Amino acid sequence: MTAAAVRIVPVADRAVLVEFDGEADDERAALVSAFDRRVRAAGPAGVLEVVPAYVNALVLFDPLRTDHAAVAEAVRPLVDERDEVEATLRHHVVPVVYGGDAGPDLLAVAEATGLSAEEVVAAHTSVEHRVVMFGFAPGAAYLSGVDASIRIPRKPAPVRDVPAGSVIIAGSQCLVMTVTMPTGWWVIGRSTIPMLATGAGGSFDVDVGDRIRFDAVVDRGLDAPEDGSS
Amino acid sequence: MTTATLEVRSAGPLVSIQDAGRPGHVRHGVPGGGPMDRLAFAVANAVLRNAPDAAGIEVSVGGLSVRCVDAPITVAVCGGGFAVEIDGAPQSAWCVRTLHPGERLSVRPGPWGSWAYLAVAGSLRSPRWLGSASTHTVSGFGGGLVETGMHLVIDDARSSRDADGEIDVPAGGRPAERARVVLGPQAHRFDPTVVERFLDGVYRATAAFDRMGVRLDGPSLQLGEVLSIPSEAILRGAVQVAGDGVATVLLADHQTTGGYPKIATVIGADVDRIAQLRPGEPVRFVPVSPEQAVAASREWAAVAEATLQAARRPGRTLEQRLRQQNLVDGLVSTTEVDGDE
Repeated sequence: MTAAAVRIVPVADRAVLVEFDGEADDERAALVSAFDRRVRAAGPAGVLEVVPAYVNALVLFDPLRTDHAAVAEAVRPLVDERDEVEATLRHHVVPVVYGGDAGPDLLAVAEATGLSAEEVVAAHTSVEHRVVMFGFAPGAAYLSGVDASIRIPRKPAPVRDVPAGSVIIAGSQCLVMTVTMPTGWWVIGRSTIPMLATGAGGSFDVDVGDRIRFDAVVDRGLDAPEDGSS
Repeated sequence: MTTATLEVRSAGPLVSIQDAGRPGHVRHGVPGGGPMDRLAFAVANAVLRNAPDAAGIEVSVGGLSVRCVDAPITVAVCGGGFAVEIDGAPQSAWCVRTLHPGERLSVRPGPWGSWAYLAVAGSLRSPRWLGSASTHTVSGFGGGLVETGMHLVIDDARSSRDADGEIDVPAGGRPAERARVVLGPQAHRFDPTVVERFLDGVYRATAAFDRMGVRLDGPSLQLGEVLSIPSEAILRGAVQVAGDGVATVLLADHQTTGGYPKIATVIGADVDRIAQLRPGEPVRFVPVSPEQAVAASREWAAVAEATLQAARRPGRTLEQRLRQQNLVDGLVSTTEVDGDE
């Protein structure tokens, strides 16, 4: 297989952006994810963090210990075709209450797609989504792979105060909110488990490359949003 | 061990507990955070001989007033040119003072600067998140906002007038008039004439700021055909341009990823100097190469370390206090007083 086509772009005094070319979004995300794993496993001198995203990965380094040229040289050999087997692939299942107060936009999505509400839920729960990156808020995972039958563009304007735990979709992307914030994505349900540890130590159970499947559960008195309780 | 308490008599918006920050979780959507002016925060801890990551209070232009409740406590104020008073008596903007029960300290905006730091000699009790007391203002996680009526408790409180006195404002504490940037990573998405305009123009900080970033007023920066890019990681100091042509410089609590093109990124040595600008104050962007940016970071680190070493030097502020009281005027030469070098 041919090596992945990349550009390595210097950013400010302390990072290089490694950009991947490719045809399909999923292919590029897989290349980024594999690169991310390899760099973290190799631990080049002076490299502090790797932040993978849709089509690139930002490699942060300590400018007191290394520089752009040295980091670029260290990571270029790690750019390669996607792993044949994705090691330590983790699967998570997230229970969700769909519709009602938990998912105020479920009916709007049904109407926009010509499906029934039950069919929208079925389409969402039948697919294994991939964690592409985190951003927007701490622990907020951008998931790719939303079923084609329920892909609609985001709303023209964001809605304020969408509760933490909300499961939101736009286009091919899905995200479980971890903080109450505004969003223009469609709110189809709410997770019944916290997606972010907010205690003193804290840790992240979900990482880039993991797979997430959603599971429809019955509302058992879901009232307060899951934000901030550790 | 002594416990001291400071009662918060008044606190404006965006006054929060901060420590040195929480690096290492950017991939999970958590910015490093920490102080908006990392040098000022570090000096405040250094003069009190605190650990560099000791928690303190970040004071915005909303101001802060506290009352020492039960036990004396030595504190330091650093950052910007704020108006500092104890029971109404003016102090120098950067200073070390010991507060006694009943005394009130206020830190309010002065002639310049947007962020000041109140460090305490001891261990400020605070909730932590991911190992840090820094407040992530977007989520509220970490130490949290400081609000009127709160009691701030300091364990292992120390009070000693030996350190009391003025602190010189280091050159690195001033707001930036010129900020060095490395162009990109999306500079190529802008017409070359627009990039020229960005580098030639005078931009001004606006009142539209918080810990995530500051919007700038200045020559409009029209984007090319594409108004957004696939979301990617962004650094503190990134200058992102929205569809309306307005530039925003990202600061301590910035979102870790974004889909706006970035015309340039301010280098680490100059980012916090932009945070200290007051609305209306100007800044110009100066392009440097990545190599020059790294060299500037190394130079800045050396200057910062020298500043902190001077701050930690024993007897330094005592020397100043003696000078103010004219006890050594004409009696002792400067080299003798400066002592061990």
